[in-house]
This record gives sequence, structure tokens and C-alpha cells, in this order.
Amino acid sequence: MERLESSEQFKALQKRIIADRDPQIPMVVIPAGTCGQASGANDLIRIAKREILAHELVTKIQLRVTGCHGFCQAEPSVLIEPEGTFYPRLGIKQMTQIVEAVSEGRVVEQLLWRDPKTHKRVQREADIPFFRNQRRTILARNEKVDPIRIYDYIEHGGYAALVKVLEQGNRRWVVEETKASGLRGRGGAGFPTGLKWELLAKARDGGGKFLVSNADEGDPGAYMDRSVLEGNPQSIIEGMLIGAYGTGATAGIIYVRTEYPLAIKHLVIALQQARALGLLGENILGTGFSFDIQIVKGAGAFVCGEETALIRSVEGERGEPRQRPPYPVEQGIYGKPTAINNVETWANIPVIISQGAAEFARIGSPHNTGTKIFSLVGKVKNTGLVEVPMGATIGEIVHGVGGGPAGRAEIKAVQTGGPSGGCLPAAMFDLPIDYESLSAAGSIMGSGGMIVMDENTCMVDVAKYFMKFLKDESCGKCFTCRKGTQRMWEILDDITAGKGTLEQLDLLEELAQVVKDTSMCGLGQTAANPILSTLRYFRDEYVTHIERKFCPATVCRDLFAYRVIAEKCTGCTLCIRVCPTGAITGTKKEVHNLDQSKCIKCRACFEVCNFDAIAGDAIIAVPPGRTSMERNP
Amino acid sequence: MITLTMNGLPVTVEEGSTLLEAARFFGFPIPTLCHLEGLTPYGACRLCLVEVGRGDKAKLVTACTYPAADGLVVRTGSSRVIRARKMILELLLASCPQSKVIQDLAAAYEVRQQRFRQEYEDCILCGLCVRMCEEQMRAKAIGFRGRGERRSVGTPFDAPSPACRLCGGCMYVCPACQLRCTYHEPEKAICGSCANLSPPCLEKREFDDLMCFMAPCVACEIRKG
Ligand SMILES: Cc1cc2nc3c(=O)[nH]c(=O)nc-3n(C[C@H](O)[C@H](O)[C@H](O)COP(=O)(O)O)c2cc1C
Ligand code: SF4
Ligand code: SF4
Ligand code: FES
Repeated sequence: MERLESSEQFKALQKRIIADRDPQIPMVVIPAGTCGQASGANDLIRIAKREILAHELVTKIQLRVTGCHGFCQAEPSVLIEPEGTFYPRLGIKQMTQIVEAVSEGRVVEQLLWRDPKTHKRVQREADIPFFRNQRRTILARNEKVDPIRIYDYIEHGGYAALVKVLEQGNRRWVVEETKASGLRGRGGAGFPTGLKWELLAKARDGGGKFLVSNADEGDPGAYMDRSVLEGNPQSIIEGMLIGAYGTGATAGIIYVRTEYPLAIKHLVIALQQARALGLLGENILGTGFSFDIQIVKGAGAFVCGEETALIRSVEGERGEPRQRPPYPVEQGIYGKPTAINNVETWANIPVIISQGAAEFARIGSPHNTGTKIFSLVGKVKNTGLVEVPMGATIGEIVHGVGGGPAGRAEIKAVQTGGPSGGCLPAAMFDLPIDYESLSAAGSIMGSGGMIVMDENTCMVDVAKYFMKFLKDESCGKCFTCRKGTQRMWEILDDITAGKGTLEQLDLLEELAQVVKDTSMCGLGQTAANPILSTLRYFRDEYVTHIERKFCPATVCRDLFAYRVIAEKCTGCTLCIRVCPTGAITGTKKEVHNLDQSKCIKCRACFEVCNFDAIAGDAIIAVPPGRTSMERNP
Repeated sequence: MITLTMNGLPVTVEEGSTLLEAARFFGFPIPTLCHLEGLTPYGACRLCLVEVGRGDKAKLVTACTYPAADGLVVRTGSSRVIRARKMILELLLASCPQSKVIQDLAAAYEVRQQRFRQEYEDCILCGLCVRMCEEQMRAKAIGFRGRGERRSVGTPFDAPSPACRLCGGCMYVCPACQLRCTYHEPEKAICGSCANLSPPCLEKREFDDLMCFMAPCVACEIRKG
């Protein structure tokens, strides 16, 4: 790789890269992010390579290994360009078939994705509802580039935004453009990025300023930032370079958790390549502009994502938040002015500069512009990373992209915003997803976690789960956050064990409010959200747990028992066969008997009895210790 | 100089003052637990809460760490402050009922009930000892370890610290220790951190003239008994 000395040389290189590639030669694209690799993408890559070599197809088929495309449910998958043919959930044998078919210009019909509703096969990725209903400004680029090849990135318009900025040579313009785009931080709080940069640009200059990319991503079940880093690390570097040019920052840091080894590896390679090309480091493209980026690895504490804790952690201190003001733009790393932005925020910067702010702002709603990536998990058909315009409704994501409930049970709620977000009921699925609407509804945007829950989810148990996470992850400095989360968990534990009282419920609410009010950082201030939101929308579940000692979702094991309704039992013996402990006895055509003392509440009998045609819906869940046979006791 | 409004009164303080300093200077009482003059404010106990701002923007902040700023509107005893403070005291009583300091504060705020499961912890993690050790004694022998529920004070790996000079400063400032050391069950008498440090009294054998600031002290009792 030769160092580029001017923007002309860059453009010449870009032209050469584009000319060198024939877009008509079919390209086998294999997503191999951490998720893809875990589900077997490495095997597919190996087979694809072997087949291509063995059949001397090197000039006829190209291979590209990329980061995650977002459709995790379908991994390991393969995409064939230029047609955009999509093959989900492949094994080694099928891969051989596909390479053969591609070399002959065929499509393997029986391996295509099948729509679970219409049962029709769909060929093109773009026609699959999961992809069709998204707007993939950021994620779609993951398909186009091999993260360890900077030329791929340049071929698809990479670094053009940086060159545009350098050619303009107007620092103020960069900040103004970012402000005009209306971009708000994707890390959770939604602070306008342009405004933050303006403050940094204005901050006193003496001894340097820092730019940080926050890739701590500690929310359980959220991995948007990881896939952007793994799949397209150059876009983060380019975003930071543009930011540095606009704000006059002198040093960049990417703070990434050690649990992301692949992201770190790709970042290290990407930084090396950018440096080698003269796009990073001293005198970038001969313009005299210098900026370099360093990786700092965090040990994976949730609280280190909070910006002041992150600063401490970078400095080598304990990751503990501190009082703001002073804000990081006034006093950040080593006391120097510092602007911290989320990975996804950075990924949006090159898009804004390339498209222009006005074009960018057309997507989304007026105060919430652009797109946002969510990690859609839980009880939906299609799980994965989804990118939609801001202001899309929850329903559009859950039903349109997610494809509705995964099983037979109805969707009851979604939880947004990570561990300290809130649960919103299905009745509110028309709510547009933007910072204001979510927080008015008692939840938060957070970094974009979205967990779908159905009728088999107990909301008290959900609140307890998140409270466990928070009581372990609170830094522990504020007494109210540390003890408060412990005490809230304790009360929830009592309620799920049938030991709760209505007085405790009031106490829980009172305590939740105080923890929210009195904690110092965002963690403590939002820690009560799981409780407050479930109390707001699902209070009856709490009351049922307390008064009737019953968990209607049959999650809290102490709070329900299975019984056989004699009149309904058809004596089919299905349940006897599935019971792992032999708790059910009886003979064919006779009413079966369920021995409570042996039952471990594994749900197996309930499933067969209620969903099998020959069984009679005879097994029901009732409050423990009740002999009543009513269905809704 | 900075001018702000405190409980409706315009007050002027020096630049760099905290709200706590401002309030104390003008005679507004604010209770504290983790604050000690001479040590860096830390903001751990949250007792010194005051309400700043107006309307929707109003929020509770800790007076000991919040810098006074021009035009700030501060209320030191609003109902929101009192409600939160009472809950904090209730939580403190639930965890550390033996502490005289906490008992007195709870009494002053008329906290008469404690609705949580009773615990008898011997540290509220206020961090006074840690700061005392680092900032005044220049030893940095003890520090915080762990996070969340597992956070504790002690020496690295619980080994006796070579940096510790057995000055006893940590125990002197502790709002919970004093009572811990007169605890009614002798085997529980010595708290985690002083055990690590071996309190000065344990060396009385060698240094007869050593001064002990704890009276009565169960550590002494154990040795005698
Ligand atoms: C407990 C806690 C955890 C956080 N974790 C993250 C994180 O993992 N990634 C992130 O980008 N921001 C995280 N944030 C938000 C950051 O403090 C900060 O607001 C953000 O990085 C600013 O970037 P933005 O303006 O681009 O959103 C967290 C905040 C809190 C309170
Ligand atoms: S609110 Fe919780 S996490 Fe934040 S500083 Fe306080 S104790 Fe630490
Ligand atoms: S040992 Fe005492 S002084 Fe030290 S943190 Fe605990 S309560 Fe505070
Ligand atoms: S005295 Fe201010 S938080 Fe403890």
C-alpha cells in the first residue's frame, strides 16, 4: 500500500479500484461477524474457498467475507451478488451446491428463504419482509465491505466524505452541517451531536482535545455497535477524522470492551491500513491535518459506558462516574476537553457529509432525524439487527420487520432501552420510536435494545431480572443506587416467591421513585424504570402475585401448579410420556393423575395437552395448593 | 463572585464553592455523612441532597459535589428533598442500625419506621476512610474493590498493606466503625477494614503509651479476655 499524498491521488486510487472490479462476476458474500461465526459461517467460508479452487472458478466467482448483515435468525447465510439472492441457514453440503449453482448461473430454489405465512420461496434479499421493511443506511454497508480490506471501503464511497471535508477546508462548515443534520447521539441520551461538537470546538485549547468513540456496549442482548465495528470499522475511523477536523481535536480514542475480540482485531487492522494509506496520522493527504486514533480496551463493566466513568477508565482509574458539571467537553480525559460519541453516531457522520445535511434530515421525524439500529430479540419470528427511520412505530418493527410472535402466544409487551429501559404494552405499539415519546411513556431509547415478550413472560420476573443486572452492575458509589437496587430486587424476589405484601408494593414504588431522584449518573437515575413501567402498565400482575399467590404466565415456580381437569382428560397418555419425572400416572382412556410432589413444573405436559389435537386441554395452571378445577381460578 | 438564589434568598459566594459550602456559610442546615472538611467531596451517601432548577427541569443533586453557578435556584429543604432524605435514612437504618451517627440523623428527621429486611452491615461505603488514608495520611493503603453488591473497602487482595502505618485515621473518621467496635458479639467486633489494618490497640503490648480513641473498645476486651 502506498501512502497517498493528496486528494487527487486518493481519487485516482478510488477510480483504479472501481475499474479493477467487474461487477458482473458473481460474488458470494458470507457474513461472518461474531454471530455468523458462532453459527458456522467459518465452515461455509472454508467450503466456498475449497470449491472455488477445486473447480478452478477463481476467475468466475468472487468471494467476500463480511461482518453481520443483521438477519441473525437466518445465520449462517449467504448472499449472491449482483442479483441479491439470499440463502438462509446453510450447512456445509448446501454450500457446495450453491457454489456449483452460482458457477452455472442457477438459483437453488429449495434453499431459498421461505415465507412462513405464504409458504412461498423468496429469491432476493430485498424482497424478504425482514429486509424490505427496513431502511438500512448503515447496516447495508456491512454487506459491501470486507472489514479487513480498506480498498473495499474505498470502492463503495469510503473516505469520500473525508476528502470532501478536506477539500472544502472549512472547519466551521463541518460542525454546521452536523448541526443542520439534526443528528442526535445514538448512545442513549440523544444529545445533539453538532451541539456537542460546537462546544468542543469552542473549548479552550491548550494541550489538546480528545474525541472518543464509545464502544462499551454493556446492555445485555444489544450488539449494534459490535456489528458496526466488526463489519465496517473504517466508517468509524472516517467519522472520527471528520469530527476531529471540525472540532480541532488532537487525539482519538476508541473505547471498546475486551469481550469484543473480533471487533478489536478488525479495528487494529483497519487503523493500520488507514495509516499506511496516509488517511490517518500525520499530515493526512498532504493537507497538514493530523489526527491519530488509539484503542483502549475496557474490562466490560456496564457502568464504564457512562461517559464520566469511561473517562476514568481511560485514565486507568476505577470506572466510577463523577458529578457533571463539569461536563466532559469542559473537563474530560486528563482534564482536557473531550467529546464522547457512540459508535453508531460516528457511523452516521460520513453519511451526513456525503449526502448533505438536508438530505439526511429528510429521513425520520423533525427532531429525530436519520435511522436507528435496534437489536430485536425475544419472542418474535425474525430476530436480528434492524435499522429503521426514527419515528417508526414499535408495531412496524415488531410485526413488520420482526414478523410477529414466534410461537402461538400473543405478544404482550416490548422492552426498550436495555436493562434500565421500560416495558411498553402491546396496546401502545402505535407509539413512534423517538427519544421524547419513549421517555414520556416511561421507557428510554437507550442504545437500542428491543426485547419482545409474549403471554408466557411474567412481568414481575422481567423486572426482577433487570434489577439483578443493575444491582450487580451499579458502580456502588451512590448509597441509593447500590442499596436501592438491592432492596428493590429483594422485594421483587419476595413477590415472585409468594411472600410479598401490598404494603411492600407501595414501598417498592416509593423506593423506586427515590432511587430515580437521588442517584448521580444515568444508571441509577434510570434503574427504577423496569419497575415503574411494569407497575404502570402491568400492575394487575403484581397484585395477582401478591393476593392470589399466582403467576399467570407460569414463570415463577412457587406460584403455580399444574392440575388435570378430570372432565376434560381424554386419557391419551401423551403427558405421561413426556413427563421427565414420572409425576403423571394412569392408563389409556382413563383420567390421568398428576402427583404434585414429583412435578418439577417443566411445562412439558402442559404443552402437549394444550396444543396436541388428541389431547383435551385438560392440564391447566392454578395457584398452588388449590384444588379448584376452574380454568381461570 | 457568583450569585445564586438559595431558598428564595439571593446569596453571593466565591467562585469554586460547592452548594454545601454556600449553604453552610449562610446558615442553611444540610445533613452530611460522607463529607468531611479537608477531604475531597465524594457524593456517596446522597444525604446532602438539595433541589436545583425550576419546573420540569428541577432535579435533586448532592450539595457537597455540586458547584455553585450564577443564577442557580436552590432549595435546601423542599418536600421532595425531605421525602428522599427520609427514604435514604430508612435505608441506612435498615442496613446499619448500630451506628450512632445514623441513629441520630434518623431521629432528627423523624424516621420512625424501617420497612426493609433488617441487616447489620458494618460499612456504608461512604469512602471517608479511603479518602482519609489517601489524602490526609498519604498512605493509600486501602481502597474500594468490586462493584455493585460486591463493593467493599479493604487492602488489595486483603493482604496486610505495607503502605499502612497503623495510624488509625480510617477508624477515626468512620461513621459506622465506632459502634462496630463496641458490638455486643466480640467475634464480630472488628470490622473488615480495621482487621486488615490491625488497629493500633492490638500493639498496645509493645507500646504502652499508645493512645486509643475508642472507649470502650471491644478489641481491647478480646485481648484482655
Ligand atoms: C450506565 C450507562 C451506560 C452507558 N453505556 C453506553 C454504551 O455502552 N455505549 C454508549 O455509546 N453510550 C453509553 N452510555 C451513554 C454515554 O454516557 C454517553 O451519553 C454517550 O456515549 C454519548 O454519545 P452520543 O452523544 O453519541 O450518544 C451509557 C450511559 C450510562 C448512564
Ligand atoms: S448512580 Fe449508581 S452507577 Fe451511577 S455513580 Fe451512582 S452508584 Fe454509581
Ligand atoms: S469503613 Fe467506615 S469510613 Fe470506611 S467506607 Fe465504610 S463506613 Fe465509610
Ligand atoms: S455528604 Fe454529600 S453525598 Fe454524602
